[in-house]
Amino acid sequence: MKNKYSIFSLIKNAFSQHENWKQAWGNPEPKKEYEAVIIGGGGHGLATAYYLAKKHNMKNIAVLEKGWIGGGNTGRNTTIIRSNYLWDASAGLYDHALKIWENLSQELNYNIMFSQRGVMNLAHNLQDVRDLKRRTHANRLNGIDAVWLDTKQVKEFCPIINISQDIRYPVLGGTLQRRAGTARHDAVAWGYARGADAMGVDIIQNCEVKGIKRNGDHVEGLDTTKGFIKTKKIGVVAAGHSSVIANMAGLKLPLESKPLQALVSEPVKPIIDTVVMSNAVHAYVSQSDKGELVIGAGTDAYISYTQRGSHDVVEGTLKAILELYPIFSRMKMLRQWGGIVDICPDASPIISKTNIKGLYFNCGWGTGGFKATPGSGDLFAHTIANDEPHKLNAAFNLNRFVSGDLVDEHGAAAVAH
Amino acid sequence: MFVINCPYCGERDQSEFSCGGEAHIVRPKQPTELSDDEWAEYLFMRKNIKGVQFERWNHAHGCRKWFNMVRDTSNDKIHAVYKMGEKPPVI
Repeated sequence: MKNKYSIFSLIKNAFSQHENWKQAWGNPEPKKEYEAVIIGGGGHGLATAYYLAKKHNMKNIAVLEKGWIGGGNTGRNTTIIRSNYLWDASAGLYDHALKIWENLSQELNYNIMFSQRGVMNLAHNLQDVRDLKRRTHANRLNGIDAVWLDTKQVKEFCPIINISQDIRYPVLGGTLQRRAGTARHDAVAWGYARGADAMGVDIIQNCEVKGIKRNGDHVEGLDTTKGFIKTKKIGVVAAGHSSVIANMAGLKLPLESKPLQALVSEPVKPIIDTVVMSNAVHAYVSQSDKGELVIGAGTDAYISYTQRGSHDVVEGTLKAILELYPIFSRMKMLRQWGGIVDICPDASPIISKTNIKGLYFNCGWGTGGFKATPGSGDLFAHTIANDEPHKLNAAFNLNRFVSGDLVDEHGAAAVAH
Repeated sequence: MFVINCPYCGERDQSEFSCGGEAHIVRPKQPTELSDDEWAEYLFMRKNIKGVQFERWNHAHGCRKWFNMVRDTSNDKIHAVYKMGEKPPVI
């Protein structure tokens, strides 16, 4: 890499008051033709381009982004990373990602602030206890670290939790994945963008795709706001807008797009050093390095592309947060936002070829795509380069909705949506 | 979040309602004759439109009746509400 970040480059640039740092990635105009084009400059799209260039030697490629990179769901999620999913296919997919996360800062030469602070999932009723215990057993059979904690151990791990058995949804225990944690979401997009750019990938921002040109059963190129781009391979990583792009190619997907909300509080001193999630009461919380509580709320129960979300959803989440953590009762919330998530009927993603040659989709991540960013990019790059899925994403094909071989992960989505 | 004009109860908060998704998906008349592709189309494939969409809603915390609605999903503006069985309006 040309401009390697290190203690020496930091010292060198200190002498020029840090005014001569080179741009981390370029701002090129699109070429007339590319070997492959990725639609969507979020974490997943940029990671796909990075691995296409790095592992499959496809350097003449472009990433098209409607707005600015990392400005969609990559910059709107609650940054939680874990791999404690129930089924073998999901365990393989998400743990593949987690293993890449563990060395990603070094690989990208970019500090993504990956912090393995643990993720705890709470049980509030007998069925939760049974489901979560079953999930810890399934996780361990798949080589994923998971332990069951009783109520007392939950309190020891996160002392601010209210474990009174008199509350509406008392804490009956929980599971803990210690390798899980958080990362800095913007840095993930920026790190991959810088890495891809250094290998020659064109990252083209403010370029919206308006149409996909097909010739019979294969793709020929894209109409964009910056003109026509010829290409034989298109990888779509457009999250909430996947159906909109699919429609341009005359395809229908099994997706519904809904606003998912999150919010942060005013910054406070360190109070919670892990991530706690609760499915039954629909609340999860962690604390950012800036000191803000990062709180995830639910989705609106209807299709919408408004990037807002309803107030009653936030109210419901905060009620649950206050019952579990009475200490937060006087905290002020600072910001609230919504992102549009594309939800699959089985709560699992699609990383797949389509029946149109050269058109590939990576979508359906629903409410939990951030955690999979590196693995998703790696496997999607493999699928595009070889025109065949990797064995880890073979189960996540589009055809599963025809064959009925679904990967039902509603239970392992950390909160019900 | 918006206000919905229930055809039976009048204007109420959206949080009183639940959404039943895309409207006018016709239930197969002869399910035994359907191919796997047709089942997938019926069960899972959705238009998921960004723009004007026809959808079903239920006044879950009110009269509990189902009805249809035309809404623009890009700005949540409601264009029309009509009862089940009525012809969809031209928008």
